[in-house]
Amino acid sequence: MLTYILRRLILLVPVIAIVGTIVFVLIHLTPGDPAAVMLGQDATAEQIERLRDGLGLNDPLYLQYLNWFAGAVRLDFGDSIFLGQPVTEALLARAQPTLLLTLYALTIQVLIGVPAGVIASVKHNSLLDRILMVLSISGAAIPSFFLGIMLILFFAVRLNWLPSGGFVSVFDNPIEHFKRMILPAFALGFTSAGLLARLVRSSMLDVLQEDYIRTARAKGLPQRVMVIRHALRNALIPAITVIGYSLGGLLGGAVVTETVFTIPGMGRLVVQSVARRDFPVIQGAILLIAAFYVLVNLLVDVLYVYIDPRVRYGND
Amino acid sequence: MATTNTTPLAKALSTRPRQRGLLRNITPASRFYWVRVLLANPMAVASGLTLLVIITAAAAAPLLTSHDPTFLNPGIRLQGLSGEHWLGTDGNGSDVFARIIYGARVSLLVGLSVMLFAAAAGALLGLISGYYQRFDTPIMRVMDGLMSFPSILLAIAIMASLGPSTTNVIIALTVVYIPSIARLVRGMTLVTKQQAYVESARAIGVRDHVILRRYIFANTLSPLIVQCTFVVAFAIISEASLSFLGAGVPPGTPTWGNMLREGQRFMQISWWLAVFPGSALFMLVLALNLFGDGLRDALDPRMRTR
Repeated sequence: MLTYILRRLILLVPVIAIVGTIVFVLIHLTPGDPAAVMLGQDATAEQIERLRDGLGLNDPLYLQYLNWFAGAVRLDFGDSIFLGQPVTEALLARAQPTLLLTLYALTIQVLIGVPAGVIASVKHNSLLDRILMVLSISGAAIPSFFLGIMLILFFAVRLNWLPSGGFVSVFDNPIEHFKRMILPAFALGFTSAGLLARLVRSSMLDVLQEDYIRTARAKGLPQRVMVIRHALRNALIPAITVIGYSLGGLLGGAVVTETVFTIPGMGRLVVQSVARRDFPVIQGAILLIAAFYVLVNLLVDVLYVYIDPRVRYGND
Repeated sequence: MATTNTTPLAKALSTRPRQRGLLRNITPASRFYWVRVLLANPMAVASGLTLLVIITAAAAAPLLTSHDPTFLNPGIRLQGLSGEHWLGTDGNGSDVFARIIYGARVSLLVGLSVMLFAAAAGALLGLISGYYQRFDTPIMRVMDGLMSFPSILLAIAIMASLGPSTTNVIIALTVVYIPSIARLVRGMTLVTKQQAYVESARAIGVRDHVILRRYIFANTLSPLIVQCTFVVAFAIISEASLSFLGAGVPPGTPTWGNMLREGQRFMQISWWLAVFPGSALFMLVLALNLFGDGLRDALDPRMRTR
């Protein structure tokens, strides 16, 4: 187990290096001179030249690459052009809403997706099964930002039950916090719940045909015990991978959802930075989120091996 | 499948007289058998027809409405549904129905272009990577790298570098969706190249590019086509998301994402601005997903969903 984790950690190095290189290439594809952008329209050529020297933009490309990389490894992405504060500081200040929103959405995805999948598989081919599957296919087709707008229209504008957006820290006022987070979390989680429900259903259907389920049934085990203790435990193994990988989609979806619900998170900052052409913030944010995503995927794989030791031997 | 029909054995099998008894129900493999399976699936037929309606509406947009989707008339801004403006007017007084059917053009253009380019590039990379050992690691590591970003975030970053335009949206989303196709084709290639018929082809001196094209690529075609329908759906959602965020197609152009962006601005007073373009988006994506499921059941019986 330990050697497996170690090997996976070592394999992480080239992936991170490639991710960093992709971001570096992206910045250098950008037309226009960053120094000119930073100084604005009235800057003289001399001022721009001095800033280019200061930023190291006149260095040869390989040196810029190395310097940039050395900074990125220390989570130093320079200063935001617009906010006038270090990028890392600006991002960390906005991490709480994004991470919590992703976490809540994941919870909603599991709370809806797993029971829906289990019920559909137990009632296989019944009307309920059909309805659940139509719902889950439709759920997967609704873009989360459209679902978000619909939820605001209904619950905030029409019924006036919940606020239409904004963010309150969970430490300041937990009740207000959840009142503001429930709609965005649902909008984000519902879309991936559909996918999870379909997966849980099909993997439950496989498991329910196994011999040990027939044995359990034959020895007179109550349906509920058989389904939850015997079938679900095994059916959840493939679901864990999907849940883990969907975290990346949820993190990306959070970018859009934050804009819909005006939540001051990392995603909204990225979107605002695109409009402001604040490139240090954009690259810092996507590197940070990608690194987080890669680490989570590693965690999922390790968890998977822990739960199902057969995988370890199958791996190359 | 299609290619095995050309081998002598397959030819002998398919010209064999109809069996009686136990083998009665086994129909000979036909090249277009999957079409019959597809047509027998009501969901696939319904979603296929929906797609056809949307494509026709987008193509025949000027015939369906006399309104110009970009015509500004502030005098009639934010009007509700009426006989003149079926789905109301937006904040500039443009006709919402006209903007929706012209917007379908952008969605379909982006969806189909991204699918074509991503499939072409992804299939090529996947074939090379799966067939030639020495290219495998470099290509797949770059694909892994691209897949390490949540897809919408990578698209936003590329759009930030390239600047907003329809062409750039297509470029950005193509880059985003190449890796999933490359991975799929590589996996299929790795399995297929071990098959006896590929080895025999190599043994009798068939050249690499012919093997890749006729023996291996032909076999990856079914899963590739299925994956392509999903790429169209994803690309359409992503384009709408990018435009909604203001990082996609420039604001003046009628697209569903742009309309939803405006719809949210006027949500308090004009609900129709968001509801209709969003529903159009939902219906198109749903139809694509259902059609993709139907195609998968028809083309790849092993993957059939219950």
